[in-house]
Amino acid sequence: MCLGIPMKILRIDKEWAVVEAGRLQRRVNIQMVEGLKAGDYVVVHAGFAIEKVDPVKARQTLTIIDEIH
Amino acid sequence: MKYIDEFRVPRAIRVLTEAIQKESPKDGAVFMEVCGTHTQSFRRFGLHKTLPPGLKLVAGPGCPVCVSSVEYIEKAILYARMPRVILASYGDMLRVPGVSSTLEKERGSGARVRVVYSATEALEVARGNPGYTVIFLAVGFETTAPTVALTVRAAAKEKIGNLYFFSSLKLIPPVMRFLLERRDSRINGFLCPGHVSSIIGIKPYAFIPKSYKIGCCVAGFEPHDMLQGILSLLKQLKERVYSVDNQYARVVKEEGNLRAQRIIADVFESVPAHWRGLGMIEASGLALCRRFARFDAERQIPLKAGALKKSVQSVSACRCQEVLAGRIEPFQCPLFGKACTPGHPLGPCMISSEGACNAYFRYR
Repeated sequence: MCLGIPMKILRIDKEWAVVEAGRLQRRVNIQMVEGLKAGDYVVVHAGFAIEKVDPVKARQTLTIIDEIH
Repeated sequence: MKYIDEFRVPRAIRVLTEAIQKESPKDGAVFMEVCGTHTQSFRRFGLHKTLPPGLKLVAGPGCPVCVSSVEYIEKAILYARMPRVILASYGDMLRVPGVSSTLEKERGSGARVRVVYSATEALEVARGNPGYTVIFLAVGFETTAPTVALTVRAAAKEKIGNLYFFSSLKLIPPVMRFLLERRDSRINGFLCPGHVSSIIGIKPYAFIPKSYKIGCCVAGFEPHDMLQGILSLLKQLKERVYSVDNQYARVVKEEGNLRAQRIIADVFESVPAHWRGLGMIEASGLALCRRFARFDAERQIPLKAGALKKSVQSVSACRCQEVLAGRIEPFQCPLFGKACTPGHPLGPCMISSEGACNAYFRYR
């Protein structure tokens, strides 16, 4: 059950955050991930944020294509 | 959508598929993707059509609903039939066949079966129904385990007295080892599950290149991710240098999510578990540890031994177990697409949204 989508944190309220992707908004539990702030992206699975998305690593993954080409 | 669209760029997909064509060995290769979400995603984007002849990506047992034992379903059904019980479950479980019934059928006969999206919702159901016993079917792998663990802790903190957890939580690295030990099918590389790995990290797979000389690549779920993962496996095969590559570094840290690992260790212990179609696998399941035993459905709500129907093969022609082990592809099952379709499923692989047969049928 790996299903998880990257969602942006709009606001945090203790161990909960309101997150959004497109027009979908959810309230998710953020106890599994430390140091989150509004604007961060997290992978959401079954009502919980399971990890933060690293924007630098994301960019690196994309630019590897240029090395192959 | 951010972190999705950028990984679906046609130009990049083309570059990757061409590189795969170029790197693919003449005598072909078989890679196994362990995660049901990989199976679905791969076929949804039509990527199976981009692979060169001889290069196969087969599905593995990474569908937690598919591998829940018939006995588990039968026990869930018995729980659902008890008076003043509300069964809370992820939606996929409802149509999985036990011996002669499903939770959906039981609901039709009056059982209280509530579909929940999150373990937290099961807690809300318990809070909102103090006169009822709520039993949550905890089904999933390491991605789901910490979410259940946090809910158990929340229930303990709130002193909730009417919520129980019936665990069918399972672990991925042990089943991979089990498949490798059986040596009965060709696996030249593993595409490892992205979100399970975001929890457990890279190290749990290290035994695979080390002891079996088979390459691994942890991959995300977008087309770019999966194709890059396959390319990594091809490169490892070509160079005969095997490791656990991490294509999904934007989400998967080498050490994984340590906090989530601590949460799992605090609430669960590993136990032998029965995998539908594969049998009993040592240390491959999670059960509530003694500290939280009061929330364990199996310990707290015993079922009459005689009430449990003897486990039988569900439908004799169903070949889900071979599909789960990667020995055959869904279309090699005689029931596939004929007697067994998503509208009329006979086996768990067709029922679950993460089942291989379901994916192969929907995106044929």
